[in-house]
Amino acid sequence: MTEIFGIPMQLLFGQLLLGVINGAFYATLSLGLALIFGMLNIVNFTHGAMYMMGAFVAWLLLHYLGLDYWWALLLAPIAVALFAAVIERLLLRHLYHLDHLYGFLLLFGVSLIIEGGFRYGYGVSGQPYSIPPELVGGINLGFMFLPGYRAWVIVASLTICFGTWFLVERTKLGAYLRAATENSGLVGAFGVNVPRLITLTYMLGAALAAIAGVLAAPIYQVSAIMGSNIIPVVFAVVVIGGLGSILGSIVTGFMLGLCEGLTKVFYPEASNTVAFVVMVICLLLRPQGLFGKRG
Amino acid sequence: MKTLAALLGMCAVVAYASGAAADLSDGKVKIGVINDQSGIYSDLSGMGGVRAAEMAIEDFGGTVLGQPIELVYADHQNKADIASNIVNKWIDEDQVDLISDLPSSPAMLAVQEIVRQKKRLVIVSTGATSDFTGKACSPYGLHWTYDTYALAHGTGKTLVEQGGDTWFFLTADYAFGHALQRDTTAFIEQGGGQVLGSVAHPFPNQDFSSFLLQAQASGAKIIGLANAGGDTINSIKQAAEFGIVEAGQRLAGLLVFISDVHSMGLQTAQGVVLTTGFYWDLDDKTREWSKRFFERHGAMPTMTHAGVYSSVTHYLKAVEAAGTDEPLAVAAKMRELPIDDFFARNARLRKDGRLEHDMYLAQVKAPEESKYDWDYYTILATIPAAEAFRPESESECYLLKE
Amino acid sequence: MLRIILLVLLAAAALLAPYVLYPIFLMKAFCFAIFASALNLLLGYGGLLSFGHAALFGGSAYVAGHAVKVWGLPPELGMVVGAATGALLGLIFGGLTSRRSGIYFAMITFALSQMVYFVALQLPFTGGEDGLQSVPRGRFLGLIDLNDDLALYYVMLAVLLAALWFLHRVVTSPFGHILRAMRDNETRVISLGYKPHHLKIMVFTLSGALAGLAGGSKTIVLGIASLTDVYWHTNGEVVLMTILGGVGTLFGPVVGAFTVVLLQNYLAETGAWVTIIQGVVFVVIVLCFRRGLVGELAPLLRRWLQREPAGKPAELAEREHA
Repeated sequence: MTEIFGIPMQLLFGQLLLGVINGAFYATLSLGLALIFGMLNIVNFTHGAMYMMGAFVAWLLLHYLGLDYWWALLLAPIAVALFAAVIERLLLRHLYHLDHLYGFLLLFGVSLIIEGGFRYGYGVSGQPYSIPPELVGGINLGFMFLPGYRAWVIVASLTICFGTWFLVERTKLGAYLRAATENSGLVGAFGVNVPRLITLTYMLGAALAAIAGVLAAPIYQVSAIMGSNIIPVVFAVVVIGGLGSILGSIVTGFMLGLCEGLTKVFYPEASNTVAFVVMVICLLLRPQGLFGKRG
Repeated sequence: MKTLAALLGMCAVVAYASGAAADLSDGKVKIGVINDQSGIYSDLSGMGGVRAAEMAIEDFGGTVLGQPIELVYADHQNKADIASNIVNKWIDEDQVDLISDLPSSPAMLAVQEIVRQKKRLVIVSTGATSDFTGKACSPYGLHWTYDTYALAHGTGKTLVEQGGDTWFFLTADYAFGHALQRDTTAFIEQGGGQVLGSVAHPFPNQDFSSFLLQAQASGAKIIGLANAGGDTINSIKQAAEFGIVEAGQRLAGLLVFISDVHSMGLQTAQGVVLTTGFYWDLDDKTREWSKRFFERHGAMPTMTHAGVYSSVTHYLKAVEAAGTDEPLAVAAKMRELPIDDFFARNARLRKDGRLEHDMYLAQVKAPEESKYDWDYYTILATIPAAEAFRPESESECYLLKE
Repeated sequence: MLRIILLVLLAAAALLAPYVLYPIFLMKAFCFAIFASALNLLLGYGGLLSFGHAALFGGSAYVAGHAVKVWGLPPELGMVVGAATGALLGLIFGGLTSRRSGIYFAMITFALSQMVYFVALQLPFTGGEDGLQSVPRGRFLGLIDLNDDLALYYVMLAVLLAALWFLHRVVTSPFGHILRAMRDNETRVISLGYKPHHLKIMVFTLSGALAGLAGGSKTIVLGIASLTDVYWHTNGEVVLMTILGGVGTLFGPVVGAFTVVLLQNYLAETGAWVTIIQGVVFVVIVLCFRRGLVGELAPLLRRWLQREPAGKPAELAEREHA
């Protein structure tokens, strides 16, 4: 069996493929965060909580209404987006004229409320959520057994990432969004409802987080702390990619997934830290991130 | 001014102490249940532990030596510093006599130091480390339900005897995980088995796919999960995804509770082998108690819940028999009185504080084998009390050497 | 006259408090008060939000604990070691972040503190999950036996007052004035010939020293240094204390620290509720009481005492949303 650095080739390819899958997941998850920061200049600390709510809504839909995974993919993001709209209208809106750090702190507080609430209601052991029957099983690729669900995660993530990028960069709505960020006064003067665009952007970011949550539900634990666990890494992805750049977070997501995959093979204990090491190096050498716009 | 106040205070204390008719300190027995109410262990201990203690007090009659029994509880969130703060306050300010439950090995060890100095009893039910009755032992610390040695022995030795002689470990990279791996390895090698390899994963962790891949590649017959709580659940879930059990390897969960199985569902957890100190459906005695517990708590008891009930009941019996709540006298009575309830079979409380009792090797049923709610385990073997725990001859506890 | 009476009452309360309330709880609040004051120096007077101060606090807690337990240093040197460690970490953090500001600054400090957390997890001397336990209290200056909770209380009270006095001196010094000028208008400070990133490094180091003092003291009081101290939730907690109490005021962080520690104590039986309530407090403060308790009450108090208002307490500069 051929070996590279003492690791059999087969195992290495298997790990790299897993890294790509994780990377796809990171990319989808950080997309919403990058979108909100890019458009609104707000660091959405509730992103983890919305991801968790997406997974929980999927579970609730199954448990109480018998609606399966495919329904959840559609309904969970909508539900969470509506919730996000309420937060934006009721709370966040009042802080736009102030330093952005206040918005950051407000959302930090909101994320504590959401996480505490779910922890109180559901504990932390987690709720079972099975892989939808259509995706059970997998393909034997020779060097590893690829579960069907993981293959689906790659496909779904790429679709979502491409879809979002296209929406923001190539459609009229996206153009309005980008213009409103750069000069809201002027865009408002043209008769565009800027506050509504802002709410819409925040809702879109939340929906992206929620759909990542639904994707995660069958393979990770649906629990109140799932957001807390993943937030630091997602922040790292977004910062490395460039806080406002959608393309940046997609590319970085995949890249970090691969880095982590390699770390897990050679130095598994550090696989949680590698994201932050990369982030610090990046911030020192290229502070605006790989694809970022501001210095 | 301060001297006057101090003198007055001393007079008051002397007056109170001599006037008090009862032999109970402060005229009551106060029990404090401290565990994880909101974190990863909240389902296996949490409010269930509190309710078990409540049941024990009620079944005992609510009073001991004619004085009331009080219960307090707190959440230490699995943090040694929070646990220390709470226990210190309980002892200094709230006159708590017995501390119970106490998950999380670091918290256990921290509290052991406190009770050693301040001379109160602690009976651990949920916490795991065998060092509690080993090198960190004290005359005030009792360990009731299970420990890492018993888990390693039960699962490790018995599986090797049954033919599972090649192992690969998935280990949580912290003291508890490494201790579990180390203890289990000793039994595997003793039984003639072999550990083909291991991988340490960060604690806590969500994605185990790469580690499971390595386990699969090793070809080991048994994949040992030296982790607990959410890590174990995720490992098992993801193993199901990768068809590991279907392909022929077995999963040995070194620390799995029935609440974990309930949260995973039988579809995912089927076939997992584990060691437990209690199963609700073992016989009529366990069923009778467990059904009462279920009515209060809404879920079947884990071994730690049963352990809390058993230990609190036995403590109260000892206080009654000793005529006082002075810790060392009560501990001595606890060793003297026979212990044989629905939880502790063939039990003996040792000088190092370790309760020996029968443990059980169980396997999680497949969904089609389960006939009713919570019918989750098939008991594969009973590990007799005298063998299940670390023998006194091998213990590092100084109390055994005197 | 009224002012003197108030000061006397406050002093009496401080001296008699351990007879009424649980001394360990009071001392824990003192340590966090110093910690929050350290953050306040950076945030209120320097205008920089650090979301990584837990690393300075917790890292110093470990080193001080190690110094006292393993090297056998007396407690006062343990606190000095803590402050020195904090200063060193502050210097490093400051050096890495000084050219940024605003949200980037916060994010880098967050990432750095995550790294410190993982390092603490791996290093053997920290004891990993077990933490550093049974740190002895020793004798202060060889004279006062700190095992007596009461004696330790008065020592800690003195340490708190010393820390606050130090902070006061820094803030009212020429350095403090330039710092506040930089917070309000960095460009103008540059035009006056100052180098902001040197100032930022300086203030981070000082803030680190105070945070380190808090960490070292906490280890001695509670006898434990653990991963909780370096975990990122602690960052949020100390920011909460500072803002709740009043950013940019001298006593604000002290009030904030007491309030939060009190809350945690009260709600210890109900873990999840602590999180929810902390979240609610955060939201309410940020929306309605941005100047914090002291910030809102101090002007009222001053007016009542009929003194000239000494200037409005600071808040983060209100800027137009671009």
